[in-house]
Amino acid sequence: MSEQVFMQCTVGGPVRVYVKDGVITRMRPIVFDDSVDAPSWLISARGKKYTPPRKTTLQTWEVPERQRVYNNRIQHPAKRKHFDPRGARHPELRGKDECERISWDEALEMVASEITRIRETYGPAAITAMTSSHHNWGFLHYKLGPLGRFFNILGYSQCLDNPDSWEGWHWGATHTWGYWWRLGHCEQSELLQDALKHAEQIIFWSVDPNSTSYMYSGQDNLIWRHWLKELGIQFVFIDPYDNCTSATMGDKWIAPRPGTDAALAEAIGYVWLTEDTYDHFFVENRTFGFDEWKKHILGGTDGIPRTPQWAAEICDLPASTITALAREWAAKKTMLAVGSIYGATGACRQAFATEWARLCIYLMAMQGFGRPGVNFWGGTAGAPPIDYRFKMFGYSDNGWDAFGNVAEKSYFPFGNPVTQKTYRILLPDIVMNPPVSWIGEGFCGNSIEQQFQRFTCPEEGPNGAPIKMIHRHGGSFISTMTETNKWVQMYQHPNLEFVVMQDCHWQSETKFGDIILPATTNFEHSDLSEWGAAGGYGLNDFNSNHRVCIYQHKCIEPLWESKPDYEIYTLLAERLGFREEYTEGRDFEDWIRIVFEKSDLPKHISYDEFKKKGYFVVPAMPPDEEPRVSFRWFYEGRPSDVYSEDRTPPGPPKTGAGLATPSGKVEFVSQTLAAFDPNDQERPPMARYIPSWEGYNTAELTEKYPLQLISPHPRFSYHTHNDNKSYWLDDIPGHRVKRDGYAWWPVRIHPSDAGARGVKDGDIVKMYNGRGTVLCAAHVTERVRPGTVHSYEAAAKYDPLEPGVAGSPDRGGCVNLLSPGKMVSKNVPGEAQNSCLVEIAKWEA
Amino acid sequence: MKVLLIDIDKCNGCYNCQIACKDEHVANDWSPIAKPQPDTGQFWHKVTDIVQGSVPKVRVRYMHDTCQQCDEAPCITACRSAAIYKRDDGIVIIDPEKCAGNRSCLDACPYNVIYFNTDLNISQKCTMCAHLLDEGWTEPRCVDACPTGALKFGEEEELKDLLASAETLPSDTPAKPRVYYLNLPNKYFIAGAVFDPMADEVLEGVTVSLISLESKRTITLQTDFFGDFWFEKQEPGRYSLKIEKTGYVAATLEPIEASKDLNVGDIALQPQGETHV
Repeated sequence: MSEQVFMQCTVGGPVRVYVKDGVITRMRPIVFDDSVDAPSWLISARGKKYTPPRKTTLQTWEVPERQRVYNNRIQHPAKRKHFDPRGARHPELRGKDECERISWDEALEMVASEITRIRETYGPAAITAMTSSHHNWGFLHYKLGPLGRFFNILGYSQCLDNPDSWEGWHWGATHTWGYWWRLGHCEQSELLQDALKHAEQIIFWSVDPNSTSYMYSGQDNLIWRHWLKELGIQFVFIDPYDNCTSATMGDKWIAPRPGTDAALAEAIGYVWLTEDTYDHFFVENRTFGFDEWKKHILGGTDGIPRTPQWAAEICDLPASTITALAREWAAKKTMLAVGSIYGATGACRQAFATEWARLCIYLMAMQGFGRPGVNFWGGTAGAPPIDYRFKMFGYSDNGWDAFGNVAEKSYFPFGNPVTQKTYRILLPDIVMNPPVSWIGEGFCGNSIEQQFQRFTCPEEGPNGAPIKMIHRHGGSFISTMTETNKWVQMYQHPNLEFVVMQDCHWQSETKFGDIILPATTNFEHSDLSEWGAAGGYGLNDFNSNHRVCIYQHKCIEPLWESKPDYEIYTLLAERLGFREEYTEGRDFEDWIRIVFEKSDLPKHISYDEFKKKGYFVVPAMPPDEEPRVSFRWFYEGRPSDVYSEDRTPPGPPKTGAGLATPSGKVEFVSQTLAAFDPNDQERPPMARYIPSWEGYNTAELTEKYPLQLISPHPRFSYHTHNDNKSYWLDDIPGHRVKRDGYAWWPVRIHPSDAGARGVKDGDIVKMYNGRGTVLCAAHVTERVRPGTVHSYEAAAKYDPLEPGVAGSPDRGGCVNLLSPGKMVSKNVPGEAQNSCLVEIAKWEA
Repeated sequence: MKVLLIDIDKCNGCYNCQIACKDEHVANDWSPIAKPQPDTGQFWHKVTDIVQGSVPKVRVRYMHDTCQQCDEAPCITACRSAAIYKRDDGIVIIDPEKCAGNRSCLDACPYNVIYFNTDLNISQKCTMCAHLLDEGWTEPRCVDACPTGALKFGEEEELKDLLASAETLPSDTPAKPRVYYLNLPNKYFIAGAVFDPMADEVLEGVTVSLISLESKRTITLQTDFFGDFWFEKQEPGRYSLKIEKTGYVAATLEPIEASKDLNVGDIALQPQGETHV
């Protein structure tokens, strides 16, 4: 057979796929065809002209995508050996048991009959189901597609996601600037031009765009940061770790102790207040409650002025550095690289993270954000002059039923008859120790009130039920949730009668399933999508140089016995009697065609041509179109005009020239929090530094566990999507360190801390606390401040020395076994990974 | 004649080049240009991170090692089975059919970029993806995958302007490489910060002079807003640092041994007429 070339899209960029004799031989980025593909945009700034390369780029983790297709795959349907649905179930053997190959018929029959039995015995609320954070790319097949539609028709306890990557912004910033429809992130619009033309400095506060802020967009925006540097725009980094952007592009690295960012922010405010270097007009006309904050910062409330000297003790920074940072910030037109999903890393995932997030907005308000060169932006999304008006769906546009965007009937949000919810981060407790209560509906994208809603699982009343069945899709929560030895305990708990794992790969948790269903990767089925389009809450946060729509070709036949997720659910729906509702009588190509027809694609290209060519480059914004920069409208006191805020429901409220807060202004004193609980000392109406419940200051813990562990999102794997499948990544020492035939997860430690423990570079060490033990390769480096250790979260390998034993030391590198299960604060149900104390010692096996 | 140009300052260490090479060559047989590369152990385009300095003045650079496609390639003369040849476009190829596995090229190569495949009993290295160039591709896979333009590939004549300021890797044997580098990490920063311990503030606008103790050459700059000074891209050697500001007692640090990037730390400058507390 001759070579065929197909088009596909991954979570890290589109790829041209070369196939020979039914086997993928190569994947590479798209190089545009200048004779057909739309021209790129051009920005003129400070005497230079900038236009992007005529190609797409790939995220590192997707370059070895060929390996992800073929490695570590689940080949056949399987059953856990000692699981007998009619007799002894032996839940205690989950994670230890061998798996036995069974046929698709047997597997589907067992899943369907267990669903029926559990529904009849306990009610539909006894079933919960969830996908991993990220999955095989494809508008229809992504995580909100086949699973969501299936379970919403069936009826189930929806598992609410916590906003795991940006907790502090979601639960904090919404009360300062609104933007609940963006889950706490602010609008991001046409900021590249604004920065190139006007900015003098970008402060990256706990932000590492070269590692994590491309999201789904390859490395397209990396070139922007090179341009910014070329123009002499200064990059300042605040991070306990000299992160990958800082280490190659930084002009200044400031390394506070983890968990003390809010104190640093307060001290910056103190310098501006006492030196009168802030925007009085903005503060007087665009903010609410400033005077109360001013009083607090100057010491008028509790007698403690928040001086640089006060913060220096807490942050372990020279007071002179804090003062200099404050003065430099006030003196230069500064963009702050936080506030968007692309500026969400460590500091917003810690105890009381709501406080730092809100304080960042206070500070930018004092500098009058929205004026030229002063904004929330870190050289990533919401930036280039691409055409935001072109309509194409993003995967979250219709919530938990992507098909519902185009179907005759959508089953979200009104299809599911069950009102009971579970909460992902609390699932182990919900299964093992019901009832469990919490406040806040996870993703609160419809109203601010959702943040204050109270939940209990099981729900009281006849429709509530204890959780008896979990149906899981995709990557591992042992790697990405908190205190995850609890997940091992949960899977082995007798309360849990049935577990289905449906996946492409043998993930960390797959062996805990009673029935295992092999799914295809996106290369084995067709789909269509726009590159990087999350839709919904992401509202046009485009992060790449060009909008590119992809017809995702089926490149190879399904490997081994795997089936596309949509087909698996169709077969299950057939057995359960709702195939017709699920498919509406359509085959998959029909769905793709409808999506195409309902987008703006037909205005430019025919279906057949699109399918044949495989991609379409959306024309850029006309060059004479005046940029509509984020917050310029707010700064200038007129109604919002940015394109990104004018599309998807529920959309922003019509508040004239104001923000979506009760006052329409930036609220230094939040009226929504004051109305909910004015006495909440852990998220008070006015943000302040609150010492962590686990940190350098908790002496009773630091005696045993003196090191602070920070674990941001990884650089070389998209969560658990690529690690432990694409093994060429293991040759990157920053990803894994090969020693004695094993690829270990690295932990970075300062030479002074390593020396005190007799640890040398490359040694295998045990990192431990009262919650668990993880074995890692020590990387002794000056890139991390003394007293802090750094190890990425989301190792996709859970490999305990004793399989299936909670607490057994893990060789795979799942550092979330160590992170605290305690949530951000009493009314803030978010993850706080970066408030984690550990000790490290050389591992003597 | 083809050349590869690598700009170290434009590399952000994404490793796309190293992995794209694997994607092209592992499990793919491109004979007669190359047999398959093993899954791991060989890196025809290898990236290595170099971390230098100390908290809080630390920089990382990424070195790229690959076959230098030498015009006077020591491997060609060393090969006893005449398996290594130079193409008209300048690319050096080890013919996988003719290679007899005697490994003499590995010893001869001054850059240690030839690998030995024990399963196939042949030497292997970067081919500049010559099999693709012969099909009409304009660049090898490593360059195709680079997101910043840190890697550039093309005709020597076309890249002439950029090559003018580029250098090649040094070697003991004259080899005339066809791989050029910009901003090689063979020059280093000497950095520090100046503060006033009495006022507890950093000192901006301090005159800092770096004097080479060997050549006596002096470079002078002013500290920035953070009180920092960065002497970039200095030759290794012994230096003296002189720190001066009106109203302060001048300070001198010497000798400073700079054999790598160096953070000399925070320097306290005492105000004149004040006694040290």
